Amino acid sequence: MVTIYERKPGLSRRELLKRGGVGALLVISGSAIISPEHAWGLETSALKPETMATLIQLARDIYPHDQVPDKYYAIAVKGHDEMAAKDPAHKELIEKGIAELDKKAGKGGYRGLGWEEQRVALLTEIEKTPFFQAVRGGLVVSLYNQKEVWPIFGYEGESYSKGGYIARGFNDIEWL
Amino acid sequence: MAAQFDLKNDGVVVIIGSGAGGGTLGNELAQKGIDVVILEAGARHEYEDFINDEWDSFTQLAWKDKRTTSGDWRVAKDFPNLPAWIVKSVGGSTTHWAGASLRFQEHEFKTATTYGKVKGANLLDWPVTLTEMEPYYAKAEAKMGVTGTNNWPRLPGNNNFKVLKAGADKLGYKECHTGNMAINSVERDDRNSCQQTGFCFQGCKWGAKWSTLYTEIPKGEATGHLEVRPNAMVIKINHDASGKVTGVVYADKDGKLQEQKARIVAVAGNSIESPRLLLNSQSAKFPHGLANSSGQVGKNYMRHTTGSVYAIFDKPVHMYRGTTMAGIIRDEARHDPSRGFVGGYEFETLSLGLPFMAAFLNPGGWGRSFTTALDHYDHMAGLWIVGEDMPREENRITLHADEKDEHGMPIADVHFDDHPNDTAMRNHAYKQATALYDAVGATRTFPTPPYPSTHNLGTNRMSEKAEDGVVNKHGQTHDIKNLFVSDGSQFTTGAAENPTLTIVSLAIRQADYIAAQMSAKTI
Repeated sequence: MVTIYERKPGLSRRELLKRGGVGALLVISGSAIISPEHAWGLETSALKPETMATLIQLARDIYPHDQVPDKYYAIAVKGHDEMAAKDPAHKELIEKGIAELDKKAGKGGYRGLGWEEQRVALLTEIEKTPFFQAVRGGLVVSLYNQKEVWPIFGYEGESYSKGGYIARGFNDIEWL
Repeated sequence: MAAQFDLKNDGVVVIIGSGAGGGTLGNELAQKGIDVVILEAGARHEYEDFINDEWDSFTQLAWKDKRTTSGDWRVAKDFPNLPAWIVKSVGGSTTHWAGASLRFQEHEFKTATTYGKVKGANLLDWPVTLTEMEPYYAKAEAKMGVTGTNNWPRLPGNNNFKVLKAGADKLGYKECHTGNMAINSVERDDRNSCQQTGFCFQGCKWGAKWSTLYTEIPKGEATGHLEVRPNAMVIKINHDASGKVTGVVYADKDGKLQEQKARIVAVAGNSIESPRLLLNSQSAKFPHGLANSSGQVGKNYMRHTTGSVYAIFDKPVHMYRGTTMAGIIRDEARHDPSRGFVGGYEFETLSLGLPFMAAFLNPGGWGRSFTTALDHYDHMAGLWIVGEDMPREENRITLHADEKDEHGMPIADVHFDDHPNDTAMRNHAYKQATALYDAVGATRTFPTPPYPSTHNLGTNRMSEKAEDGVVNKHGQTHDIKNLFVSDGSQFTTGAAENPTLTIVSLAIRQADYIAAQMSAKTI
């Protein structure tokens, strides 16, 4: 679960960092999303940081892997902010898509829905929309093509430089 | 030394494409002292340049020029602009292929006779038989270093193979081994042996897998009779008033149009580009495209009945380690209509890396049903189904009505509808493969839909009679004596086997024929 503290005027990033010291919290401050617990932050340039925070949750709901930290979902959707900076149409697609999702979710918005099932029910309603397709289509590459996530799935990646697997377990199966 | 021929040299054989067909034909002719120019649309990447990374390699090697799709095949929905996963690079799809090298079965050269009339299928017997092909298959196997032939040992089985073999034994399948692979199991031909690296589809960085890129092409170049011109995209074949072809127009690396004169032209651009080029070469004399008096150019597009089955086990497999496709079960390759379909299929081991597994396991899929499959990636085993599909006239390559590429050439549209026989075969194979993995203790199995086509076949089919097809038994077009087709688009029908060995065998045979006809001055 991801909990969000909404930004309040006058609250410094430093204070937020202090406040955010419990659990896996995503904190929005200025134009940034910060994960104090895991010591990473993401600046947005075109999309609202709240939008980006929702996108991160959305990404996790589309491809939920409980063993994959938020950081990798954040990296996976960061491209939408970059595209939005270059392309107003893309910015509108994402901002409008998120706004509509929040509206559908009612008071508290998409991120306010406590259970994944509740959020997925909303996503199922919009899965044919260009917004959903743009987010899902990009994500299948931008999430799974991060070399840093491969070890989490037990995928070893490049092997030529290590001499292949001829002496590294190409036939090491023992349970058959 | 590699030759360099003048654009005005009208004594050369021009081959379009440098893959299994074009690269082999080029070397075979050069060895006979015949001057050859191979025009290759892609760049030249040597095997040290290959990348052990699925998306980066795809960017380096794949044919990514836009194509459109139509028909009821799922590829049209999931990958509307990527109907085929083939290569635009010197060596063509022999850089990407997995190495499986199987001879066709005797009956697969005469499907019309063997299967009888199949509604909605445009079956035809090949104008050649297995007996005629055998000596050329033997030459191809020797050239390519096919394991299990010529006393070359088969490759050792990897983890994925061991799971396959255990399941095959439990199901009572008899013919299961690590295949006939054009991958060195021992050092030979001045090339390494297989180091079980995986990434066969991304180009073999050891050069252990046969590819024209580092076998046929350098051997041909060493004769001084072969020039390979990369970044040369052919857009039209020219002809004279008598109807003989005289040269080809291509866009060079700077996009500038050039004309290379030719005594003979051989088209080997794979089964989408080859008919596209013939159709685009239409003229006042040939208003429906070159070599198309039969109207069959572009028709009968086949892609093999394919699909994959992946299975998850409670213990690790690490299927991606080692040779990707060194594992086969051949028992279902027989023709046995009691199964509810004609023709047969092979099971071959297959694995994808995590990035491609995510893209291809269930395209468009999302949510926990999808992601819990990937969560157990290292506990997965997988196989590929490759079976004979039915040729249909309406499955075809056409020129797009309005969309053009950067050179002004209409892009190709690929239309494909599954024949009921294809669907029945695929469902049978899904059931058998699921039972196979269940027998080894799979906790979950995934009948995975076909990927963008790697085996593209049949769009310039070979036929005895000129009215039934595009080329004769030597790949020579029925209509134009000095125009040949040298790739898998010649295939009359697709058989159950991976096509490369047959493409190479046909190219060796075609080189003998072309040389004889040149000597006799008939072309």
